Amino acid sequence: MPWTPAAKRYNVRLILLSLLYGAFLVLAVYGFRHHLVAGAAAWIVAILPALPLIGIFAAMGRYLVEEQDEYIRMLLVRQMLWAMGFTMSCATVWGFLDNFGLVGHVDGYWIVALWYFGQGIGACVNRATLGARAVCS
Amino acid sequence: MENRLRVLRAERNWSQGDLAERLEVSRQSVNAIETGKYDPSLPLAFRIAELFGLAIEQVFVSPSRAE
Repeated sequence: MPWTPAAKRYNVRLILLSLLYGAFLVLAVYGFRHHLVAGAAAWIVAILPALPLIGIFAAMGRYLVEEQDEYIRMLLVRQMLWAMGFTMSCATVWGFLDNFGLVGHVDGYWIVALWYFGQGIGACVNRATLGARAVCS
Repeated sequence: MENRLRVLRAERNWSQGDLAERLEVSRQSVNAIETGKYDPSLPLAFRIAELFGLAIEQVFVSPSRAE
């Protein structure tokens, strides 16, 4: 697992954004449970936990740009492609099952969790086919 | 892509880590190139060849000429 300087920077950003996500989520849940927010403020507070997650996507993109080791970059791209394929396939299948009333409706943000799981699959595929994996998993 | 990286490295008593440090890439990259699992970009291939003081075709075997 090569910890290149870019990978280390990504890791710091990931930790900070994850902490921020936790704080925003607690804040939003508390605000809504205790009916402290309404109107325009409710919209802002509801979106608040999504912002650090969007930041994590941006951090991943930035890592991809900053990573100087082209082999590690290739591993990362392969991993992301697996994650994207897996997530979109799951969303498509679930969408049709939901549409025909065979399964219950699932909140949209679970897509993010699926995408992370897909990254894990991509890392395993990299490990199995190339014997290496990037740190972004 | 077939290459002579392992031989050239061994001639200089360099470990994969030594070569990786000189090329400013990860040891995994050197290993992947050596074992033919990854074909380096043209700039990296030039850097490798120049490090050994050779032409690219003296380090890497052209896929069309490989047996």
